[in-house]
Amino acid sequence: MLEVIAPGPLATVQDLGRFGYAQLGVSRSGALDPAALRLANRLVGNPETDAALELTYGGTVLRAHAPLWCALTGAPAPLTVDGHPAPYGAPFALPTGALLTIGTPTHGIRSYLALAGGLPIPPVLGSRSTDTLSTLGPPPLSPGTTLPTATPPAPILRELWGRHAPTGQNGNTSRKIGAVDFVPWSAPGAEIRVRVRFGPREGWFAEPGELLRRVYTVGQGDRIGVRLDGPPLARAIAGELPSEGLVAGAVQVPGDGRPLVFLADHPTTGGYPVIAVVHPADLGLLAQARPGTRVVFHGSQR
Amino acid sequence: MLVRPYGWDGVLLEVDDPAAWFRALWAARERGELVCEEIVPAARTVLLRGVQGRPCWQDWTPAAGEAATARRLDVPVHWDGPDYAAVAAAWRAEPADVLKGTGFTVAFCGFAPGFGYLTGLPEQRWLPRLASPRTRVPAGSVALAGPYAGIYPRSSPGGWQLVGRTGLDLFVLDRDPPALLTPGTLVRFTDA
Repeated sequence: MLEVIAPGPLATVQDLGRFGYAQLGVSRSGALDPAALRLANRLVGNPETDAALELTYGGTVLRAHAPLWCALTGAPAPLTVDGHPAPYGAPFALPTGALLTIGTPTHGIRSYLALAGGLPIPPVLGSRSTDTLSTLGPPPLSPGTTLPTATPPAPILRELWGRHAPTGQNGNTSRKIGAVDFVPWSAPGAEIRVRVRFGPREGWFAEPGELLRRVYTVGQGDRIGVRLDGPPLARAIAGELPSEGLVAGAVQVPGDGRPLVFLADHPTTGGYPVIAVVHPADLGLLAQARPGTRVVFHGSQR
Repeated sequence: MLVRPYGWDGVLLEVDDPAAWFRALWAARERGELVCEEIVPAARTVLLRGVQGRPCWQDWTPAAGEAATARRLDVPVHWDGPDYAAVAAAWRAEPADVLKGTGFTVAFCGFAPGFGYLTGLPEQRWLPRLASPRTRVPAGSVALAGPYAGIYPRSSPGGWQLVGRTGLDLFVLDRDPPALLTPGTLVRFTDA
C-alpha cells in the first residue's frame, strides 16, 4: 500500500485511457505523455499499459507501507527516499515505511511514477485513468489517500534487486525487464515544433495557412486542453458549427480566434471549428510545455 | 455524404441521419467489416477515430426503416421543473402534453457521460438557453434548449430550461451499456 502524504498541485492515476465509449460522451482520458508512462512501466518490469501516477509540477510526498520498486519518468524532478537522493529515469527501491518526496520538476510539467506490480485498483469502463472532465475513475489523490500496490512476479523482483540494489551482485544476463537502464530526457526547449494536419474545418477560416506562419505561446492548460496565445485567426464563416466529434490533438478555435489544443480529457463533441489536428506523437511535447513556451506548427508531407 | 479526413487516423462523415449511420457503422464493426476505435455521432456528422484501411462508406448506408429495430425507452417524468411555467408561456401549451406527444430520438451524446441530445421537437418549439446558467442542475432534470431535449445524468452546472425530473439512473458504470440513452434510442416521455 502507498499512502499519499501530499499530492502536489494535481496527482492522478493514469493508464493509456478508456477506449470505445466516446459515443456515450466518455472521453479517452489517459496519460498526457503516454511515451513517458510506457517508459516508467518498462523500467520497473510492468506491461506498458499498466496504471501509474501522473504528477503535475511534482510536489508529491508518498509513504510506502510495503516494500516497493518504482521509477520516475517524464518531467525530471529531484527525488529523495528518506532524505537520500534517488535516481530519475531508473528503478529504485522503497523500503516499508520509507518516505518518497518528488520535488518540482526542473523542466516540463508531468512526471510519471510507476510501481513494480502496477496499481491494482478496480478499472472503470476498462481503464484506471482519472478523467477530470467526466469525473470517472479514481478521484485525484489527496492527503490520506491510500493506493493498493501489488507484488511483482518473482523473476522481475529478482532482476530489480540484481541490477539496481546498491549492494546487490550484478551479472544476471537474462533480462526480463525492458532493456532500459537509464533514460536521458531532452527538455523541451524555449520553442517546440508540432506537426499538424489541416482539417476538418480549415474552410471556416479566412487564411488557415496562417496557423503555420505564426508563433504561439503556451497559455493556460489542464488535462482537458492547452490554450495558445497569439494573434487571433480570422474566420471566413461566422457563428457556431453544429456539435461534432472531437479527438485529442484537435486544434479548436473558439470565438476569440485563439486556438486551443485538446488533450486526453477533451469533451467528446464540440461546436467550434477544428482547423487542424496535432500528430499524436507530438501531443506529449505540448502537454509538457510550460506556459510561455513558443509553439510553431508545421504541416506534414503527405 | 461528404467524407472529410480528421487528423491522422480519423474520418468525419457528413450525413443526413447521424444516428442511423452510427447504428449501421456499429453493426458493420461488430460484423468485423469495419476496424476503428471510436464511432461518435453528432448533430450532422459521424466521427470515426482509429480507422484502419480505406473503408468504402457507401457499403454501410443505413437502410430506410431501420429505426424499427432501434432500442426504445420510456422515461417517467415528474413535471415540476423550475422553468415549467416559463416554457408553458412560451409554447402556449402544457409542456407535459407536448413532450408526451413527441417521439424523440437520441441523436448523439456528449456534455457528460450518458447525456443524450434528443431530437424530435418541431422548430416552433425550439427554446433559447437561459441567459445565465444555473450553477447546479439536479440529476434527472428533463431539460430543453435549441432543437434538443435532454436529461442531466448527474448534477452539474447547466443552462437548459428545466421542465421536470425523472428517477431513472441514466448512467450506471456496471451496466452494459452504461448509458440508457445510446445514439439511436427512441425515447417517449410519460407521467411518473
